[in-house]
Parts: sequence; structure tokens; C-alpha cells
Amino acid sequence: MAKPKVLVLTGYGINCDEETAYAFSLAGAKPEIVHVNDLIDGARKLMNYQILSFPGGFSYGDDTGSGNALASRIRNNLWQELLRFTESDKLALGICNGFQVMVNLGLLPALNGKYGVTEVALAHNNSARYECRWVDLGVAATECVFSRGIGGMRVPVAHGEGKFYARPAVLKQLEKKGRVVFRYLAPAGAPAAGVFPHNPNGALNDIAGVCDGSGRLLGMMPHPERNVHFMHRDDWTLLKEGYRRRGEELPQQGEGLAVFKNAVEYFK
Amino acid sequence: MRFELRVSSYEKMAHRIEIETIIDDARAGVMLERMRRMSGGRAVNSLQVVDVYTIDRPLRRAQLEKIAAMLANPVTQRAAIGKPLMPRAFDWAFEIGFLPGVTDNVGHTAREAAADLLGSEFAATQGVYSSRLVFCRGKLSRRRIRALVAGFYNPLIQRLQIKDSRSYRRGGMGVTVPQVKLVDRMEVDQVDLELDDKGLRELSARGIPDKPLAACPERAGRVEGRGPLALDLPSMKVIRDYFRKVLKRRPTDVELESLAQTWSEHCKHTIFAAELDEVKEGVFHHYIARATNEIRRKQGRKDICLSVFKDNSGGIVFDDDYMVTDKVETHNSPSALDPFGGAITGIVGVNRDTIGFGIGAKPLINRYGYCFADPAETRFLYRLPGKKDPLLTPRRIADGVIDGVQVGGNCSGIPTPHGFTCFDPRYRGKPLVFVGTIGLLPRRIRGKRAEQKKALVGDKIVMVGGRVGQDGIHGATFSSEALSSGSPASAVQIGDPITQKKLSDVIVKEARDKGLYNSITDNGAGGLSCSVAEMARECGGCRVDLSAVPLKYPNLSPWKIWVSESQERMTLAVPPKNLNKFVRLMTRRGVEATVIGEFTGDGNCLVEYAGKLVMDVPLKFLHDGLPKKKLRSRYRVKRQPEPRFAAPRYLAKELLGMLDRLNICGKEFIAVQYDHEVQGGSVIKPLQGKGRVLGEAAVVRPLLHSVRGVVLSSALYPGYGDIDPYWMAACAIDAAIRNAVAVGGDVGKMALLDNFCWCSSDDPFRLGQLKRAAQACYDMACVFNTPFISGKDSMYNDFRGYDSAGRSVQVSVPPTLLVSSLGVVADSGKCLSLDAKYPGDRVYLLGETKDELGASEYLAHKAGSRGGRSIGNNVPRVDAKKNLALYRRFERAVAEELPASAISLTLGGLGVALAKMAIAGGLGLEIDLGVVLRARKLKRDDYLLFSESQGRLLVTVPVERAERFERLMRGMSCACLGTVTDRPRLMIQGLAGKTVADVSVADLEEAYKRRFRDY
Repeated sequence: MAKPKVLVLTGYGINCDEETAYAFSLAGAKPEIVHVNDLIDGARKLMNYQILSFPGGFSYGDDTGSGNALASRIRNNLWQELLRFTESDKLALGICNGFQVMVNLGLLPALNGKYGVTEVALAHNNSARYECRWVDLGVAATECVFSRGIGGMRVPVAHGEGKFYARPAVLKQLEKKGRVVFRYLAPAGAPAAGVFPHNPNGALNDIAGVCDGSGRLLGMMPHPERNVHFMHRDDWTLLKEGYRRRGEELPQQGEGLAVFKNAVEYFK
Repeated sequence: MRFELRVSSYEKMAHRIEIETIIDDARAGVMLERMRRMSGGRAVNSLQVVDVYTIDRPLRRAQLEKIAAMLANPVTQRAAIGKPLMPRAFDWAFEIGFLPGVTDNVGHTAREAAADLLGSEFAATQGVYSSRLVFCRGKLSRRRIRALVAGFYNPLIQRLQIKDSRSYRRGGMGVTVPQVKLVDRMEVDQVDLELDDKGLRELSARGIPDKPLAACPERAGRVEGRGPLALDLPSMKVIRDYFRKVLKRRPTDVELESLAQTWSEHCKHTIFAAELDEVKEGVFHHYIARATNEIRRKQGRKDICLSVFKDNSGGIVFDDDYMVTDKVETHNSPSALDPFGGAITGIVGVNRDTIGFGIGAKPLINRYGYCFADPAETRFLYRLPGKKDPLLTPRRIADGVIDGVQVGGNCSGIPTPHGFTCFDPRYRGKPLVFVGTIGLLPRRIRGKRAEQKKALVGDKIVMVGGRVGQDGIHGATFSSEALSSGSPASAVQIGDPITQKKLSDVIVKEARDKGLYNSITDNGAGGLSCSVAEMARECGGCRVDLSAVPLKYPNLSPWKIWVSESQERMTLAVPPKNLNKFVRLMTRRGVEATVIGEFTGDGNCLVEYAGKLVMDVPLKFLHDGLPKKKLRSRYRVKRQPEPRFAAPRYLAKELLGMLDRLNICGKEFIAVQYDHEVQGGSVIKPLQGKGRVLGEAAVVRPLLHSVRGVVLSSALYPGYGDIDPYWMAACAIDAAIRNAVAVGGDVGKMALLDNFCWCSSDDPFRLGQLKRAAQACYDMACVFNTPFISGKDSMYNDFRGYDSAGRSVQVSVPPTLLVSSLGVVADSGKCLSLDAKYPGDRVYLLGETKDELGASEYLAHKAGSRGGRSIGNNVPRVDAKKNLALYRRFERAVAEELPASAISLTLGGLGVALAKMAIAGGLGLEIDLGVVLRARKLKRDDYLLFSESQGRLLVTVPVERAERFERLMRGMSCACLGTVTDRPRLMIQGLAGKTVADVSVADLEEAYKRRFRDY
């Protein structure tokens, strides 16, 4: 089968497009970075791609709320096309600001299977400050395509508004329906239980990523594309010494790559 | 300022949408905490923050509801339209918004989003303005609440309203539309220069007199200056004589302002270019550029330089296909007035020095450096006597600057993996804010060398990006002066990183590689007047029509359009055949592009406005007419008092005290706010090891498929300059190189950048210090063979004002030379972090330790505890030849992957390096000072532990690689001091064989991290 085509969105302050495209190509996909205006004016057609990627960044500088203005631009100009895409057998992945955009568009978690209603929010971090740090993620058993076979991973977060918030009833539904894909962990693998810095933003139930009912749409605050090489990890110099002393070969890839490989695998 | 606030009468036209957060609001929580800290108690019980949007456009209710629904998050917020929110209980309400004309990014985005939502654009005069309303509960007097709010508001850029609950309940805050309504005169004036010396001096200091304006009754009869030209008398005379004799007419205000910008200290570096004593060619050419030229000649085929000094950045070879560029800027004066705005414009501005390098490099890495006074300092300084016009406190400045670089860098998606903070009370009058950007550029684009560019005759002059406004008038001339009460507020502006991100993306990712333009440069200091005139040199002339320049608001005087420093703009030379394609591409990416003139070849800089010629000056005079200054220096190294105190018997307490020092302790709170992982190339990160210790160098892979890396580091020792600026500069160079070597850098592929931040540069003593520092730059660079590729100087970092007792004071920064390094490593997989890795590993100290505690952190620490100020005389010296040999040998050890970790010894010497290594690794160390290679005279344990001798590295090596390591290091100064231990304690045995320190790593960590934990 041909490599799945990935549309990696860019424009208006999206800034993780290049490394996200790189992660997809490393995983065996064929990514193309496309400006949102090229979709709007029809120079590119969303339906020609199998995977839609909303990368991280600062669309519109987070002004009027992170992801809000870009979501508004997409809703105003691309909604029908996007709806057709998400309702087909395709995948969509939102990372960090991309997650915020997907949440504002109501693509996630789409609790009752209906896209378009904003049900959850990514609010200001408890520290009210931008945080760039590495976190450990645990993976729950869900329908999610992207997390298949992943036990856990260490990846960075970098955001000012990443506190996952939902009203109690919505939160209960999310848990009940198994939509929580990633959670922040404490070092020994126990739940972070809201404690900083393991839970870096105060996210309710330590939620770091959620999927829709089909499992084809995933949004997450941490950045898996920033750990696709061994050398990406914050502790790689220590790990390297460990491998060398044990006489083992150094791994080449990072744990985050599995997310992108799963996406490619889906189309095989 | 000639602005007008439109209030109340427009209420019917403008709409107000208030958005409250209905879940726990972290922003309110943090603000409350800060207020409580400021008020020293719990006077404030609770806070509620409300986002306000004022929409100045006639809209129907249904449209407003749509907009409100878009602006408010349906899960966490609730909107109120046209009706003030009324919380049940509050005592005070205050609202902070921007002054007219100040960049309002949130308002700007809301305007764009609302237009998209409604499917109809706003008219030019219609707008959306953001502000923040805060409800506050607490028994506070009006005076008290005013004082508290002052900590959140800057009158230079913001407006404030405070109401008690009673008056607020009567009608809320009302509607304020901060629209700019300029009442400028649109004529061009002829300026009379036939004045005596006093008159010329006055004209330069006050600026061109503004003629009274008939249409503006409140200003009728008043003659104001337009702000300093900041030209010295000889320059004023040269201009007068040139117009009198050659052009035979009076200059226009446009011409005079233009000359002032072009000849400013900021643009022409008049001090660095001046003849100084016997140095006829000037400090820059004689010391800095000469070093680079000699090194390049010596290196021959190994020369790494591709572009030095002449462009917006410097560029060196990265690999066969790419080059890397670097530039470090300062933004000191604006940051003193508005720390956030000054810093964000600084970082976003230096990004444009990358985009404007060659044919357009991509910003790859940001770096920062801050020189502040102690943020705990609470004594105020004032610009005017009688406690009037206070300077911002060091804490306000630090918070604002750190945040400005955060927003600028993070919003632009450029990683910030490296920086430093340096503290000295003398940075109280003016902070130093360094911001740098490294860029990546293919060496050839469409077959042409990418570092070269040339505007051609007939090319259109195209301005892209933001529009021109009143902001940033006189920024360039302003930096040529000391800070005082006359400092222009319009020199302050706020950056708009998203406008620039759009611009940057379309230039370096699309237009560049399509070959749509011939040349590009940044609109920085001096605005169009400098960028266009600079590019005009490439072809030999230009003709500009100021009427074509897109403005933020109508009625801007022609001279202002020409010199305004409004941000996020670049100037390009686009050949006519590509013009349509170029403008279309820009438009499709949401970037405004406007033809404002044409490049010519007639040797003149011609500017017209409304069909009339307003500037007609030969380029040759504009660029080369500036008279060269002749300066004299006088400097002699002064003997400093030598401190006398007995060596403490037990050093654990001293070490803990050292780790807690401002200049040594951890500043994790800065590093975590700056995204250092974006773009996916981070290798050696700012916080290292489990213990998260701040490193002094970083490594980044610019190409994701390659292990080739860029190494960056920096160093400065302003304190050493108090003893001898020569060694201050030499140590900064050695340390900048060594910091890079410690992470695995390669001296053979390394370049340097210099940033001289001096004070009172008219003073022969200060000039003498400058000369000595520059001499060291030449001497050291030539031995290390590390060429200078780019630099920047800022010569007047002085503050003249008053203290709280009304006494006149001058606070000048210590002469500060920042040296930054940029290098390339073939395999970043061999790079090293500083944390001790495994118990049992051996600990080596490379290099020799001498009695070099002059102006050291240790002497300052001891003086602090005894109240003395003796800095001593034994400032560290640099034996560059010896150090270079050691570094090259260590590089071989790294190439063979022998060391497991390494750290460069800097402030606090061996003791601090040991502690950092242990804290980072979470492991102990057992160390014997007896085996340290030392000068024979050095017999004190405390001096041995805290001497700041240069040229030293602390390294750990596993036992199985130790033999090979020792063999390799043969002939070098290398001593095995001990081992890494499982037990997390740092144990140090002194010269007498007794334990002089035995301290737990947890205690070390606590001392290292305590000070800034709550920041």
C-alpha cells in the first residue's frame, strides 16, 4: 500500500509543523505542510489526505484563548469539509495548540458522537505560567488508534494553557466511555494525582490526551514529535552511559514515534 | 503625546463585551498572590479577572452575540454584552487597557476573527480594543488600592480606571475607545541651521522645534522640541556647512531627522569607529575586525567565516549545504522604561536580523542574557527630584523582561535553550538586556550564494509586515543618550510576534526559495530611513514616496513616517517582473506588502511626499559625511585594597553560602518558561541531570535527519573589570570557549560575538577601559583562532536622576563585555551533560588552579558577611595558548567518548562546579584537594576551592575508560581528585588531610534552589 498522505496544517502562528511532518515521514507516511489559507481558497483539498495533523504552536498568539481564533477561522471557512473528513475513515491528530484547536472546534471528545460542540476546555496552567518540561505519560486501554501497543512514554510539554477541564458530568462520561488516552504519571508510575510538576498544569484526573468515540481522532497536550530520536530525551546522556556500560546497543528512536507509526499502520 | 482619548460620547457606537471566567482562574490566583506579597498581608481577600473587548463599529445585537460566543469559552467563561458585570461582593474595580497607539495584539486578533466571523471587514477607523477588568475584595483605602495597582500597570503604555463598588454599580466602567487621533501638521518644514554653537547644540538636544498648530488651540503658541537628534556639535556643523555650501539651501525636517538616524551612535557606532589615541582606524577596525581578518587569512582553507560584520548577522559554515548565522543585540533603554515591551521588541527584532541576513535565514535558536540589580532591592530611584517619576523596581524590570522574551520567543516557535542572568547593584539605573538569534540558511539558493544580496536599479522598494505608526520615534537617537526625565515615551513599543511569524514564514519558507526578490533587510533602528538608504547603497540610489506607506492611523507627519521604528517590518527589493507574484503570495499568507518606491542608480536618496520632493541628499554624504570623532583615553590599573581574613576551618557553610549567591544559584524558573524543545532539535538542554542544574552551553541539531549540531555558549565577567578590563575581556573569551568545549564543542569550528555595553563613553577613563578590553579581544581571539563574526555596542548605559532623599545620583553600569560563542559539532551524540552519571566514576580536574580570587564571588561573599568591599587584585588571567592545547586534547577525549560528564569552572570555581555536578547527578563525590594542580603559593583550602582561575574543566570518567583518558591527557594539567559515590554527600578533604566539607547533596540542592523557588 502507498504511504498514507498527511496534511500538516500551518499558518497564523502554528510552529511545530516541520518537526511534526518529520515525525510522520520517519514513521513511513508522506506528509505535506499546507497553509490553512490554501485549504480555504481550495488550492489543496482536505479529502485528498488520509491523516490531518493540527500541530503545536501559538496560532494567533493565543489571543482570545488558546486555539480559539484558529478554530474560529476553520469553523467559518472549512467546517463542512472538515466534518466530511472526520466522518470518513480517516485520522486526525492534534498536539498542544492543535489539541486546543480540536477541542474548540468540538472535534474532541464529541461525547455523543456529534462533532461541533465544545464540551471540554484547556484552561490556564495552575501556575498561570508557560511551562516547558518533560513528563511521563501512562496510556489507558481505549479505542484510540494512535496509542495502540504503547505502554507509556516520556515526552515534553510546553504550554501556558493545558489544564484539562470539564464539568463533573462531562468528566464522568469521559471516564466511563474510555476517552482518556494519556494521563500524567508520577516518577514510579503511580498517578500524578494532580501534583506539580508531574502533572504540569493541574489537569483534572491528570488528563493529558483524549480521543473521540471512533478512536480515530486524538488530541494531546504533550509533544510526541519532540521525542522521536534517542537524543531528544532530557536524560539521554545518562541513558547512553547505562547502555554502554551494559554493552548494549544505543536505541535510535524515541518513544513518541510510536504515535505516528500507529497512524501509518492504520492504513496498511 | 498628541493623542486623544474618546470617551462616553461614543458609547452608542462602541460596544463592550465583558467575559468572566466561571471556573477557578489561575491568572486571578497568581495576581492575588502577588498583591498579597506586595501588601505584606491579606488585605486583599479575593480577585476576579474579566476580559474586556471594546468594539468600535456599529453592530446589531445578533452580530454582537455571535462575536461574544466566539470570544468566550463556552465551558469556562460567560459573556455579558453592553451591560456591566456585577459580582455579588467586591470593594474595588479597576481596569487596565492600552493607551492609544500601543500595540494591542489581543484586540488585533479579535478584530481579525470578528471580521472573518461576520464575513465583512472593519473599516480603517474601526477597531477592537482589549482591556482587563479586575474586581477586588478587601478593606483598602483608595490610596492603598492605587499603590497596589501600580504594580500591575505602566503609565507609559497603559491607561487605568479605578472605581469603588458604589460608583461602579452606578454604571460600570463606561466605554473607552483608545483610538489614535493625531493632530499632526502634515507640512514639511525647512530647518534653519544658521545658528551659533549654542544654538546648534540646543537644536540637537531638544530636537527640531515644532511649529504651533492653528487647528489645535490648547497647543497654540507653545513651541515644543520633537525629541533629540543626538548629534554632536561637529556633526551638526558638517550638516550645516554641507547644506550651505553644496546644496545651497536649508535642510528639510525629513532630511535632518534622516541624517540624525543614520549618523546615530546606534547605527554608525561612532565611538567604536572614532580615532582613539594612537588607534587611528578606531577600536572596531584595529582590534575586532583585524583579529577576524588575520585569523581568516591564517586559517586559509579551514576558514569557517562566510559573512562577517557587514550584514544583519554574521555567518559561518555549518556543513557543505548550510550555514549558520548569529547575532546578539541589546535592548537596554526600552527595557528600562517598559520591561515587557522592551524585551519582546528586542527578541522579535533580533529575529529579523536573522531573516534579514543574506537572502533570508530561518530563525533557529534564541538566546538571552540579563544584567539586573538584585530583585529584592526596594530602594527607589527617581527621574525627577522630590520623589517624582520613579524608575521601575529591579523586580518589576526582571519580571517584565523575562516575560517579554518568553512571549516573543515562544509565540514565534523559536527554541530558547541558553541564556544567563548576572546581578550587580550598578544595573539598577539601567538593566542590560541581551537577546540573540541563530539562523540557518542554505549556502546556495537557486545557484546563487545565499549570503549575498544586491538590490538592482529598477527594483521596486517593497515594505512588508506591520504598518507604520507613531511608535518608536527616535529609538536610534535615544540609545545614544543616557536615561533621564526627557527620555521619549514614544521610544517604547510592544512587539507583535504573530504578525512577524507570518512574515517570517512566507519569506524564509516560500518567497526566498522561489527567488522572488533580490535583497532584503530589517526595518529596525531608524525605520525606513535606515533600511532603504542602506539597501540603496547596493545599487546606488533610491526614490521613495512616503504617501504610499501604509499607516496605522491617518495624519502622521512625513518625517515620522520616514524614521518611525514600528516593528515587524522588512524592506525588500523586488524586480518588477516578480512584483505581482510576490504581492499575491504575501496577501495569501495574510501579510501586507506595499510598493513604496524604486531603487535607482543616480547616487541620491530622494524622498517625496504628496507629490513634493522632501529629501534630496546624495547617498555619499548620507553614509560617509559623518565626521570622524577623535577621542582620548586615560587609564591605569589601580591598586585595590586586598582583603584580609583567616581561612575558615570548615568550608561546608561557605559552599552553601556560595550556592545561594545571586550570580550562582539556580534560575530554573526562567529556563522552564522558555520553550527549549520546539523545532525538535534540542540535544544538550538548559536544565541538566535529575537535579536540574542550569548549564552554561547548549547543543541543538538544526537538521532533524542529521546528528550535526550547533553549540552555543556565553560568558561575561563585569566584576573583573573593576580590577582590569583586559582580563575581564580575556576571561569572558576563554570562558565562552571553555563552556562550549565542556559540552563537546570544537574550537576549530567556533566563532565569537562581542557585545560591549559601556557607560559614560565620553569619559577618558571609560574609553581607556574600552581600549584595554578591545586589546584583549584581539590578543585572545588570535591565539584561539576564533574569529569575531558579529557584534553590537551600547555605549551610554547611565542613569542620571535622584534618590529618595532628593540627592542627585548617577548610576552607571559596570563596563560589560558579553562574549557569545557559536560553534559546530560533527556528532552531537557525543556531547556531554554536566551531571555525575555513575558511582565509581573518577573525577578529574583539568587545568591549573592559582590564587586568582580578585573580584571573585568568594571575596564578595566574604565581604558581604563582614561588610567590607575589598575586591583584591589577583583577577584571573588567561594563558590562551596553554588553554587552547588543553581544550584541543579534551576534544579528542570527547571524540573517543571517554568522559561521562563535564562542567566548565566559572563563578565560584571548583567548589561550585563539584556541587553542581553532584546536585545534577543526585550522587555524592569524594574529593581530595591535596592533589589539585596548583600554584605553589596557593595554600588555603578556601582559595583552592573558590578560586576562579580560567582554563579548567571538571570531568568524570568511568574506571574502564580512565587509563585511556589519562594516557590521552598526558602532558596536560590533569589530576584525579576522587570518585563519584552512591552515598549522596559531597566530602572534601583539605590540604592538611582533614575533612574540610562533608555536606549532603540535598542540602547543596536546597541552597542552590532556594532563592528563586517562589519566582
